[in-house]
Amino acid sequence: MAVLTHPIIRFIARRLLYSLVVLLGVLIVVFALVHLVPGDPVRIALGTRYTPEAYNALRSASGLDRPIVEQFFGYIGSALTGDLGVSFRNGDPVTVTLLQRLPATVSLGVAGILIALVIALPAGIWSALREGRVSDAIVRITSQFGVSIPDFWLGILLIALFATTLGWLPTSGYRPLFGDPAGWLRHIVLPSLTVGLVAAAIMTRYVRSAVLEVASMGYVRTARSKGLPPRVVTFRHTVRNALIPVLTITGIQLATILGGVIVVEVVFAWPGLGRLVYNAVAARDYPVIQGAVLLIATLFLIINLVVDVLYAVVDPRIRLA
Amino acid sequence: MTTFTGESTRVASWRLLLRNPVTVVSAVLLGVVVFVAVAANWIAPFGVNDVDVPNALQPPSGQHWFGTDELGRDVLSRVLVAIQASIWVAVVSVAFAVVVGVTVGIVAGYRGGWVDTVFMRVVDVMFAFPVLLLALAIVAVLGPGTTTTILAIGTVYTPIFARVARASTLSVRVEPYVQMSRAMGTGDLYILGRHIVPNIAGPLIVQTSLSLAFAILSEAALSFLGLGIQPPQPSLGRMIFDSQGFVTMAWWMAVFPGAAIFVIVLAFNLVGDGLRDVLDPKQRTMIEARGKR
Amino acid sequence: MSDPVLSVRDLRVRIGDREIVRDVGFDVQREKTLGIVGESGSGKTMTALAATGLLDTPGAVVSGRSTLAGETELVGASPRLLRRVHGGRIGFVFQDPGTSLNPLLTLERQITESLETHRKMTRRQANARALELLEAVGLPDPQRRLDAYPHQLSGGQRQRVMIAIALACDPELLIADEPTTSLDVTTQSQIIELVRDLQRDFGTAVVWISHDLGVIGQVADDVTVLRDGEIVEQAPILEIFDEPKNAYTRELLRARPLVGRSEPAPASPDAPVLLRVDGLDVQFAVNTPVGKSTVHAVKQLSFEVRRGTTLGLVGESGSGKSTVAGTLTGLIQPTAGTARLDGVDVFGVRGAATKELRRRIGLVFQDPFSSLDPRVRVQTAIDEPLRVHGLAKGKRARQTRVAESLELVGLPASFASRYPHELSGGQRQRVSIARALAAEPELLILDEATASLDVSVQAHVLDLLAALQRELGLTYLFIGHDLAVIQQMSHQVLVMRDGEAVEYRTAAELFADPEHDYTRALLAAVPPARPRAAV
Repeated sequence: MAVLTHPIIRFIARRLLYSLVVLLGVLIVVFALVHLVPGDPVRIALGTRYTPEAYNALRSASGLDRPIVEQFFGYIGSALTGDLGVSFRNGDPVTVTLLQRLPATVSLGVAGILIALVIALPAGIWSALREGRVSDAIVRITSQFGVSIPDFWLGILLIALFATTLGWLPTSGYRPLFGDPAGWLRHIVLPSLTVGLVAAAIMTRYVRSAVLEVASMGYVRTARSKGLPPRVVTFRHTVRNALIPVLTITGIQLATILGGVIVVEVVFAWPGLGRLVYNAVAARDYPVIQGAVLLIATLFLIINLVVDVLYAVVDPRIRLA
Repeated sequence: MTTFTGESTRVASWRLLLRNPVTVVSAVLLGVVVFVAVAANWIAPFGVNDVDVPNALQPPSGQHWFGTDELGRDVLSRVLVAIQASIWVAVVSVAFAVVVGVTVGIVAGYRGGWVDTVFMRVVDVMFAFPVLLLALAIVAVLGPGTTTTILAIGTVYTPIFARVARASTLSVRVEPYVQMSRAMGTGDLYILGRHIVPNIAGPLIVQTSLSLAFAILSEAALSFLGLGIQPPQPSLGRMIFDSQGFVTMAWWMAVFPGAAIFVIVLAFNLVGDGLRDVLDPKQRTMIEARGKR
Repeated sequence: MSDPVLSVRDLRVRIGDREIVRDVGFDVQREKTLGIVGESGSGKTMTALAATGLLDTPGAVVSGRSTLAGETELVGASPRLLRRVHGGRIGFVFQDPGTSLNPLLTLERQITESLETHRKMTRRQANARALELLEAVGLPDPQRRLDAYPHQLSGGQRQRVMIAIALACDPELLIADEPTTSLDVTTQSQIIELVRDLQRDFGTAVVWISHDLGVIGQVADDVTVLRDGEIVEQAPILEIFDEPKNAYTRELLRARPLVGRSEPAPASPDAPVLLRVDGLDVQFAVNTPVGKSTVHAVKQLSFEVRRGTTLGLVGESGSGKSTVAGTLTGLIQPTAGTARLDGVDVFGVRGAATKELRRRIGLVFQDPFSSLDPRVRVQTAIDEPLRVHGLAKGKRARQTRVAESLELVGLPASFASRYPHELSGGQRQRVSIARALAAEPELLILDEATASLDVSVQAHVLDLLAALQRELGLTYLFIGHDLAVIQQMSHQVLVMRDGEAVEYRTAAELFADPEHDYTRALLAAVPPARPRAAV
């Protein structure tokens, strides 16, 4: 029983509870999407394929003919069991479609965040340690550029340069990792660079400011006053303490990437969730839109929860409160 | 020597701002952009939809500074008018986000209690959705178009203003001078108007500049996907989309609209950064000067 | 006769075109303590950091000589040399124990780091030595503490650890920069004793920097007085205290609040009771990352204050004294208890009557920097209560009133158009007082109102407050932690600890013959008027 009162458990429990509350809110928003459409969503979705029979069939299959409250709980109930309805467009179960597309987006997201970290961590730290000097200015300006560039434009330019002109890499498409590793690699380079470079620019700035803030703390001065070698002061004291906020930022960034890959997936014809959402929006395929939004928001919450838990484990002020 | 240089906060801020060449250049650039946004229709040399197929895909020349697109339309004119549309969308949507977000944030931060909890939970739910995704969802519900884009971007950016306003309000609210006013019996409205709002303006101004930058990017992304500003209205995002098939043979179709977005966003970001350096470290210097011993 | 451990000559620190430290020189003798005393802005920290090569303020240029043990020149030395000296031959203790220790490293690690670097010890050897050091600084349960983290210790305990770290490699010199300023007075005296004992055991020379002459009197053998970056006087401790040559030194000595030195003007013994507090109890919920916990800040407190008198509310940090002020001004909700101002129920007041009550109880806070809205002119700040309570009709009438208020606190009327940053700390506090008085309150609560001021400034502000009490018949609730100041200002004293009243008597009785052990401990911990060397 004592385990339950352990600070980490209590911390996790609070965060979990909080996430569930937010998740409920997310469910309400997602559910409301289809009901806020001005006009009749079924009719709009059917468009030119409208016939009274198709209309009625689709309407009852989607449960839209039942009272709202019943629909809401029905929706939650089904969602919990993994049933997110069927596509308005082709009748496929939404959950299956989402799961099919998930790996592609996840690999793009993970590759992107890795590229971002590989660039942002060293650059941000280095720039912070050389604050005020030319190298700092260079990093700051470069990251400003990176933050200002539209990602789809970057993608198109990269394709134009490396794929079309130089022919080193394919212009679009996807190969599964386990089927064709070399192909997977070749196809993922450009899209993940597009995602990763922009994310790197954003993260560099956060890393830099986290390190600067830690560097001004009293304990860094204490470390210097002990005559410790500069490397120890930098890594054991400054950087290590800055990693905690960086961890939080990485989580947020990863989650943001998941939502932002939509455009990059369209540019590279990447068969992921983003492109699915795009097509669904164009076709007014509400169940798919709802399902994808719900999935991505849930992933977002899970990632943030994991980050918080890691944070609790790493920071003794929480672990041993 | 203990307290800081005896210059008025306001005067010193402007002087510091002007001292940074990057900020000055960006501000000038922004001025140019605003001018273009306002005067686009008059300064554009050609009509945005003047199709001229025989002259399609012409590289930049004396007559067409930015070249022509696949239908022979002048890219420069289209870019100018598209800038106008982008700025319009960005300004209106951010204005919406500021008005709603800051009000919610101040009320939540000042009042506290259940009002704060409820408002912030709602904000948290909104934060659970990645920005573009939520905007897309709104567009999906209401249908594509300029108005929907404004509404979508405005809604999606409201939470960040609510959070910044709330955080600033909370920190100002516990300052001794506010506590003393409250202890004195001063009414909430006076405290809000005279003490809270002027002291939270700094971070909010910085956030506004940054949000304007992102709003332009968001609008461009939505237009790129065909869900934002609709043809025949030119939009920078759509122009880039249309250029996809022609990038190697007509690079100007992709480069100029993209560069326009890049330059405008960069200018807003640099100005925002410059503002932050001026408005925030002041608070830091105050905090440092406060530690008397 | 051996060389001084540290010998400084012609030390200058320049930042940009300003000279922060000018022509400073001093010697630190073996096994002795040099006290460097000065008010804020005197450059004492800069001097110490510059003399030991630890100054890293961007753009700072240090010149002069600073010789360690007669052979090692520190000014302009190479970073490599300095790294060997720092921690190895010179140890440092800084002011704020809260942020001077790395929150993510165990105490053991923070001590063994220097040992590994300077003494080339293995981890195991360093570990053993760390244990010895924690024992030497009097940390309870040192074995377990090795694996503890800084946040698990109190402020005083952290400072002991800082001392252990500083002395880990047995340095020749210890630089202590305001080491006890953030600590309670009882903890302060413990740390002073500790450093004294360690100095004797290890044979370390000490430079002790402080703004507090009382502390200097307890620790120093020789004293250097600094002002605006220059040396004002330098002499052995007894000479400084008994025969100060310089006017500034004399001023510092005179301005020092001392127990037994002054009392407030006597008050009428049958003045009516203005404020009566009964059974005040305050508990709040505190949000921590691991959940809510309750703090019982004030426990069943009762007291009364008579018109025209001052009740001094004394306690160390965490005693709940500021919470009491909060409840009386409506900023904090009490959990139980009543308070009556001239019969009016303070806690139960509602609606329109609230504003009137707020007018009758005024409040002045501690921090001069944040007590005034930086964006608001003095005129507008003092104007606020006039407007709120309708005390002067029309702009002209209010302006006149503002000018009168300024005059009342000894400031020229022209200050009305200034912004807070154009005023010094003492001037700002006067404006805060003027602002509080503009509402014509009957009870004025002064919450550590002079604690952040330089000693000489504090003396003037206290004089002002005493004068105002006599002239206007004000009643004060004076909250503080400095017993000497409390004695100077108060007719009655209430000592608080952990939210409870420990002793509540007239000032005369309490200071002459304290009943409770805690009060006695507090009084004993206050640095006495005479330096230790004189005893």
